[in-house]
Amino acid sequence: MNTITINGTHYDVKDDELSLSLLEFLRERNYMTGTKNGCERGLCGSCTVALNDKAVRSCITPMAKAVGSTVVTIEGMERPDGTLHPIQQAFVDCGAIQCGFCTPGMVMSAYALILRNPEPSREDIRKGMKGNLCRCTGYQQIVDAVEQAATVIREQALSPRPGCERDGSA
Amino acid sequence: MQTEKAYRNDAYAKVTGRATYADDISFSGMLHAVPVYADYVAAKDLRIDASEALRSPGCVRVITAADVPGSATFGQIEKDYPMFVSGQVRSWGDVCAIVVAETRVAAKAAAALVKIEATPVKPVLGIDEALKPGAPVVPSYGDSNIVTHHRLRHGDPEPLFAQAELILEEDFETQAIEHSYMEPETAVCVPRSDGVVEVYGSMQHPFSTRRFVAALLGEPLSSVEVYTIAVGGGFGGKDDTAAVVCARAALAAKLTGKPVKLRYDREWSFRESYKRHPYRMHYKVGVSSEGQVLAVKATMYADSGAYLSVTPWVTWRSTAQCFGPYAIDNIHADVYGVATNNIFSGAMRGFGSPQVNFAVEQIMDMAAHKLKIHPLGMRRINMVKQDSVTVTGQKLSGHTVSLEDVMNRVVHEIGYRKKYEKCSFGTADGDELYGIGLAISYRGASLGAEGMDFCSCIINGQYDGSILLETGIHENGQGSETTMTLVLAEELGVDLKRIRYRRSSTSVIPDSGTTVATRGTILGGSSVVIAARQYRKLLSDHLAERLRCKPEEVTFHDDKIWGLNYAYSLTWEEAMKELFLQRITPYAFGTFQAPPVSWDDTNGQGDAYFTYVYSCQAVELSVNKKTGAVTLLNIVAGHDIGKAINKAMVLGQMYGGVTQGVGMALMEDFVREEGKTRCLNFDAYKIPRMTDLPEMTGIIIENHDPSSLTGAKGIGEPALEIIAPAIANAVFNATGVRYTKLPIRVQPEDLA
Repeated sequence: MNTITINGTHYDVKDDELSLSLLEFLRERNYMTGTKNGCERGLCGSCTVALNDKAVRSCITPMAKAVGSTVVTIEGMERPDGTLHPIQQAFVDCGAIQCGFCTPGMVMSAYALILRNPEPSREDIRKGMKGNLCRCTGYQQIVDAVEQAATVIREQALSPRPGCERDGSA
Repeated sequence: MQTEKAYRNDAYAKVTGRATYADDISFSGMLHAVPVYADYVAAKDLRIDASEALRSPGCVRVITAADVPGSATFGQIEKDYPMFVSGQVRSWGDVCAIVVAETRVAAKAAAALVKIEATPVKPVLGIDEALKPGAPVVPSYGDSNIVTHHRLRHGDPEPLFAQAELILEEDFETQAIEHSYMEPETAVCVPRSDGVVEVYGSMQHPFSTRRFVAALLGEPLSSVEVYTIAVGGGFGGKDDTAAVVCARAALAAKLTGKPVKLRYDREWSFRESYKRHPYRMHYKVGVSSEGQVLAVKATMYADSGAYLSVTPWVTWRSTAQCFGPYAIDNIHADVYGVATNNIFSGAMRGFGSPQVNFAVEQIMDMAAHKLKIHPLGMRRINMVKQDSVTVTGQKLSGHTVSLEDVMNRVVHEIGYRKKYEKCSFGTADGDELYGIGLAISYRGASLGAEGMDFCSCIINGQYDGSILLETGIHENGQGSETTMTLVLAEELGVDLKRIRYRRSSTSVIPDSGTTVATRGTILGGSSVVIAARQYRKLLSDHLAERLRCKPEEVTFHDDKIWGLNYAYSLTWEEAMKELFLQRITPYAFGTFQAPPVSWDDTNGQGDAYFTYVYSCQAVELSVNKKTGAVTLLNIVAGHDIGKAINKAMVLGQMYGGVTQGVGMALMEDFVREEGKTRCLNFDAYKIPRMTDLPEMTGIIIENHDPSSLTGAKGIGEPALEIIAPAIANAVFNATGVRYTKLPIRVQPEDLA
């Protein structure tokens, strides 16, 4: 049986599920609806998840290729006690959220970006996350948030790892 | 970087992925529906054969116009928009059936088997064709393709052209734009045992949605309950089409007796949903040698597409604001809405003003350039000031007319004066041509003389001291729930955590109109103030004795209720217990009615709006001589919004509005080819990305508005309506070339 690890939990992947996209596996089969479906063509970034620590568009990631990997979705970012990941907290504090539909994908893209570049400039952020579309915010406060999150993680020597990999204690 | 922390009541839900949008909702036994399009632009004798589809595995039902118990067509003004098309096809977006199946995959498979035949007829593909004598008449009502005509007659411009130093005759053209909300239309509808159909939809106007659903079902409004859930953006675009998606799902639920989900693919959303009206505008403007605009004649045509939707209202705003924020004594305008077989046009953030401003704010720069007057001086001479009379004959009094101050603030922030002197005007040493440009506007707040304008609020205090708040304004992502919560917290002097914004349904809160027209904060916020006043009076009357003072001496602050001179106080918990013992329901219902407006249709004169938002936006950019590529370097937006209730969200509206305007200026074009389109997803239709935007600065200017009970006006639409002409002006100042057609696409040969 194929398996996939999502937010620290192992999932069996049935043969008939291999033809699904990762997005369909998350949303339709396992009711993890935090990851959003905006275009189903890999064009908008709403469905971004971290697969083996890299940002991927789950709508165009076939399960046949995703099996065996480790996936973090928006549901895995906070800690079990509900404490927000520093990236999430920065999105809240910077007013980076309006309709919220792009937010999970933005957070996951920011997570992968900060993993590979702990000290991104504003230009790095814009370039690194340009695949994520947002129609509400004009991106300014999203760039603010990612910049602030990276700063907080560095200055407070926090782990950028997601909450699902940690226990509930601080 | 921001220091002050932002507040939103839904931030935690949205940042954790918990916020529930329509497609995140499932019910046991739920069926799935998909639309079936008639692949014609214009046709008659539509015939639908669903027999093979019905035999497809998992297919439950195919629903067409023949199954509609109510009216298959509906609309906000004219009931011409087919929820299920029958007989005649008028656009490529027309839906002739929905297929309902056990799974979405099965529904799609069956939909491919529905056979549709029709007899094509000659389509009307543009404004010119539509206006030709003998052109086929597109609308189902009336006998002309001119579906609306607004006149404005203010003074007499004709004799004054002779006195003008400069006469400009200019044509401008704007494009169709797709709203591109990130969440495509989706509806989940549930037939309830009492006969009511519950609607959970991605729509921005619950009451409008309810009217569409009730019309299709042939049921009274009381039999449809539309709930508020998280909505992934609207920008004016989730009215008619989104409502129809809800209506179709509701009909499927009613006919099958099961919950039904109808989720749109992006391709269907782009194909079917209405767009921003493309405009064609001709202006004749006479200007004195000092730069005074003496006379204006304007003629505009808006492509309404196949259905009327809100074309008469969009074009009305274009009429009332037909020459920007300038006090012109002699001006005539004629604004027409024209039916074609294009996918229809409807409401989009800005609503008939971005198009007009694109023309007017360029005309001001063109005239200034030709007369060798500074663009700022040109604007200063003509702009509305305190007590000015507008082109509709309205005297601007009763609020602060701050346009000049707003422009000054933006000019100062971006350093326009010095930078204007450095513009390339087509000549530069290197490859990059530099330009700075700006534009100004006033915008009538809320509906104005377009419609009835009122909104309700319910404050439902609980006996433990917590408070439920709801209003008739809808949360589309803009943060209206948070704004209302902040207003109530201020009015009652309570901690935010005491208040829970209750997501209302159409069966609970009275119809408060649609959340459009930058009216959420001004109307909703004022309704909260009215209800809060009543609530405070109720509490004062019944708590004064306990507080050993007169009712009028009771005050509310610091999360407590106080007697005279702070001698006695009650916590909210104590106060609510006291009310309970007195058998008093801690409840208030308030309605705010917008101040009066007026309009005379024969001459376009009247007090069009009860107040105005004043705006200025400026942009720096460079244009590459070899490629024509435009790079935005800096943007400053300044708006007098009366009062900022939630600063971070106000700035977010500014940045977002500017960005949509940047898309309109430089990128977006919903191209139709013979009435069809290839713009079906974000590959062919490009909206701004993070890398397309420079750093932006928002300036909030606050002159509390007396007509708003919170002092606040609004920011949604003002933020979008002037960056396109500012960019066009900056491109001219960089290149020396005028672009009067949107989107602006600079070709290297233009610069030779």
